[in-house]
Amino acid sequence: MTNVKHAGAGGKQPATTAASATPAEVSVSPGHARRAEELAERDLKQVARTLRRNILVSIAAAGSGHPGGSLSAVETLVALYYKVMRHDPSNPRWPERDRFVLSKGHAAPVLYAVLADCGYFPPQELLTLRKLDSRLQGHAHIMTPGVEMSAGSLGQGLSFGIGQALAARIDGRAYRVYVLLGDGECDEGQVWEAAMSAAHYRLDNLVAVVDRNRIQNDRFTSEVMELEPLAEKWRAFGWSVEEVDGHSIRDILLALKQAQGVKGKPSCIIAHTVKGKGVSFMENNPAFHGKAPTREELRQALEELGV
Amino acid sequence: MTSTVTKSATREAYGQVLVELGREDPNIVVLGGDLNKSTGTWAFAQQFPERFFDLGAAEQNIMGIAAGLASAGKTVFASTFAVFGTGRPYDQIRLSIAQPGLNVKIVVTHAGIITGEDGMSAQSIEDIALMCALPTFTVVVPADAPETAAAVREAARTQGPWYIRLGRPATPVVHQDGYRFHLGRAEQLKGGSDVTVIACGVMVSAALEAAEVLEGQGVRCRVLNMATLKPTDEEAIIRAAKETGALVTAEEHYIHGGLNSIVCQAVGRLCPVPVEPVALTRYAESGDPSGLLRKYGLTAEDVVAAVRRALSRRG
Ligand SMILES: Cc1ncc(C[n+]2csc(CCOP(=O)(O)OP(=O)(O)O)c2C)c(N)n1
Repeated sequence: MTNVKHAGAGGKQPATTAASATPAEVSVSPGHARRAEELAERDLKQVARTLRRNILVSIAAAGSGHPGGSLSAVETLVALYYKVMRHDPSNPRWPERDRFVLSKGHAAPVLYAVLADCGYFPPQELLTLRKLDSRLQGHAHIMTPGVEMSAGSLGQGLSFGIGQALAARIDGRAYRVYVLLGDGECDEGQVWEAAMSAAHYRLDNLVAVVDRNRIQNDRFTSEVMELEPLAEKWRAFGWSVEEVDGHSIRDILLALKQAQGVKGKPSCIIAHTVKGKGVSFMENNPAFHGKAPTREELRQALEELGV
Repeated sequence: MTSTVTKSATREAYGQVLVELGREDPNIVVLGGDLNKSTGTWAFAQQFPERFFDLGAAEQNIMGIAAGLASAGKTVFASTFAVFGTGRPYDQIRLSIAQPGLNVKIVVTHAGIITGEDGMSAQSIEDIALMCALPTFTVVVPADAPETAAAVREAARTQGPWYIRLGRPATPVVHQDGYRFHLGRAEQLKGGSDVTVIACGVMVSAALEAAEVLEGQGVRCRVLNMATLKPTDEEAIIRAAKETGALVTAEEHYIHGGLNSIVCQAVGRLCPVPVEPVALTRYAESGDPSGLLRKYGLTAEDVVAAVRRALSRRG
């Protein structure tokens, strides 16, 4: 059995197998964000590699799942969870926490890998993904500590995030809301209803990140449903828009920082990514949207990742 | 026990018959929602690209466009997963398709909990209730691949809105190839005078398995395949109630608004007898299909237990 590995919240500990990761190693306090500030870019890259490993290992153990859109979103989640968001793995419902909403719920494996690594639950639980009686459902569900929204039907997360952002305003809380959308997901009309309303209510505590990996379920987005000019669409809907290399943690961090300074309107970051990033035979390959790697494919993938 | 049973996926049968129909009838148009490699519509898309439209993950738009095509005289097949083809675009189905009674066949796949590992968001257990609540809709839940092929053919030659509910995994085959589908008529698969199990979809094979077990215990169990839920074959239900005096319903759907509700509605009005349900009572979770069927009470053993309860209530 291939084990999951623990990157360490600070990426400082040498990677260990899931079985040997003690709770002390994985638990992260409210001080996590402060400690994370010390993380060098080099360390974050190591974290990303380990997360990719755990995504693949968990999906392979499940025998089904969605590797492509999980791998493309790794750097976005690393930037958010390790550098930007205030959150407390020992208190997932902390009222002041920044919220991360995974709208494209099929990419649950990347969220689970991050949450486990941050200490929301033991990393070895990743091996129960999609199995009967597991807390790790095939699509993100709030039964998992740290998951904000039950998802799986595309197009609903931005509306949910707007609700949370409005509640922050009503309650006078300073938390910010980050919603991750798929590009194929932007086919859904509800995304644009939500986009219009977020601008209308001037929600500058809301950031939407679109994982622009150019592939949806069956084929490339340009074949199924043309989305371009995507940035102009969001701008036309009243958003502040940045386009970044979605695999450059530094660029994502810059865009997220810039978004914090935008006043009076919501921010959209279009993260240009590669679906299946990090594994040669999955990259840009629509076949790996929703298919688990075989044993042999997993072996090759882990070899390529070098973790 | 089930290892000798032939299995086949209903969605594959759908994909095949759709290509045949496309060849026979140039009036057929197919719509999909970025799930064509999963629903079976991909083969049609390859062979008849001018009569196939992928609208992406935009189900409300799919139903609206289906209505427009149908109003211009096309026979429209619209396919996606059961959850995304019913609840999501429900108001569009209601207003644009059901109320004018347009010729749109909504054929969904990945219904029920046997869709499995994707989890509860993907497991449609409410769709039969939703679709039966639309007055003009014909609602069909085929038991297996041969019945799927026959029902899809029947849908193509019958005017009006249809809902056909299919699954993801390969499931037991209970019919021969070339089986004839009779719309609106329950099919008696096994005779019996002590009790009747009325089943639909994947539960038909479980019902047959249960009936065999019961036979060994001296209980003569009738089995009806109620593939057409609407229009309902009330005559067959009432005959079973009168002749056997106790009924069990078996469906892979939430207990409210599905087969059990339909049967109870008929017997409550016309011939009250005990009716014991085998159905879902809550949302399920991720897991393998057979493990889920066991955990959520949808196996042949559960049917046997329900039969025992029905018999003891009848006295
Ligand atoms: C309402 C709805 N329709 C259809 C689906 C089926 N589906 C699951 S993933 C997917 C493609 C999503 O593409 P994208 O948003 O680009 O995700 P990514 O490439 O990032 O994985 C589809 C159509 C769904 N989950 N929800």
